[in-house]
Amino acid sequence: MASNLSEARNQDVVRLAGSVDLEHSPDIRRTLLDAVAERVDIFVDLSEVTYIDSSGIACLVEALQIARNHGANLGLFAVSRQAMRVLELARLDMVFSIHDDLASALQAKP
Amino acid sequence: MTGAWSVTKLTQEPTGGPIEPLLELRFPAQADRLKLVRGSIRAAARMCGFNDTAAQNIVLAVDEACQNIIVHGYQGREDGEIVLRLARRRDGIQVSLVDSAPLVDPATITPRALTDIRPGRLGSYFIREIMDSADYRPRPDGAGNLLEMFKRLDGTPWQAT
Repeated sequence: MASNLSEARNQDVVRLAGSVDLEHSPDIRRTLLDAVAERVDIFVDLSEVTYIDSSGIACLVEALQIARNHGANLGLFAVSRQAMRVLELARLDMVFSIHDDLASALQAKP
Repeated sequence: MTGAWSVTKLTQEPTGGPIEPLLELRFPAQADRLKLVRGSIRAAARMCGFNDTAAQNIVLAVDEACQNIIVHGYQGREDGEIVLRLARRRDGIQVSLVDSAPLVDPATITPRALTDIRPGRLGSYFIREIMDSADYRPRPDGAGNLLEMFKRLDGTPWQAT
């Protein structure tokens, strides 16, 4: 598969997979913004992300800001090494709540 | 044109001896073509001696520069082309990107501030953060832009002058 969004959305969990890049970020943005529109805390699984670029990071940042404006939050969990490298490069690893797995994320409530 | 082009100044001219061309790719300036290009960039960076993490960072920087051309240069035009040239120097990798988009005004090239977490302008930030130099100028024939980037093997940090 050429990559992308694995649409396994389950309640307040969004799973992204493959390349979160310029090609796929419009669909990913729509999915994330739909999720945060429900005004609940959102947890994003990045375990299967093999590549993420600035457009993908921008989707996450935008969703985080909208969630916070709604009084909710958006946390990341199981962040792949590739995705973490880019989050760290962008100095955003301290901006997002990042958890080892979904259980930890649910316990911490982002 | 305005947009999120990265600013640049060469802080140090590459002095790594002769340039050995590794690869030249000409491809449509379309988002779905970039995944075809990324593998070649990574392989070339590894061939130049970068470890895998550094090679992946170089992939990101070059990918972001291509995205800038697609989004801000050609502004969605689907008939644009990008020419990517990768070359090995003794001290690193040299990357050239050539387009036929409207000329870029370097004054409009502003990467994101470190404290700015709004979406956008991250691409230029990544280029600046990863590469040791990035020099934007018009093509010699005036028909587009030339971006030359260099990454040193020793990881000399970027120092804007």
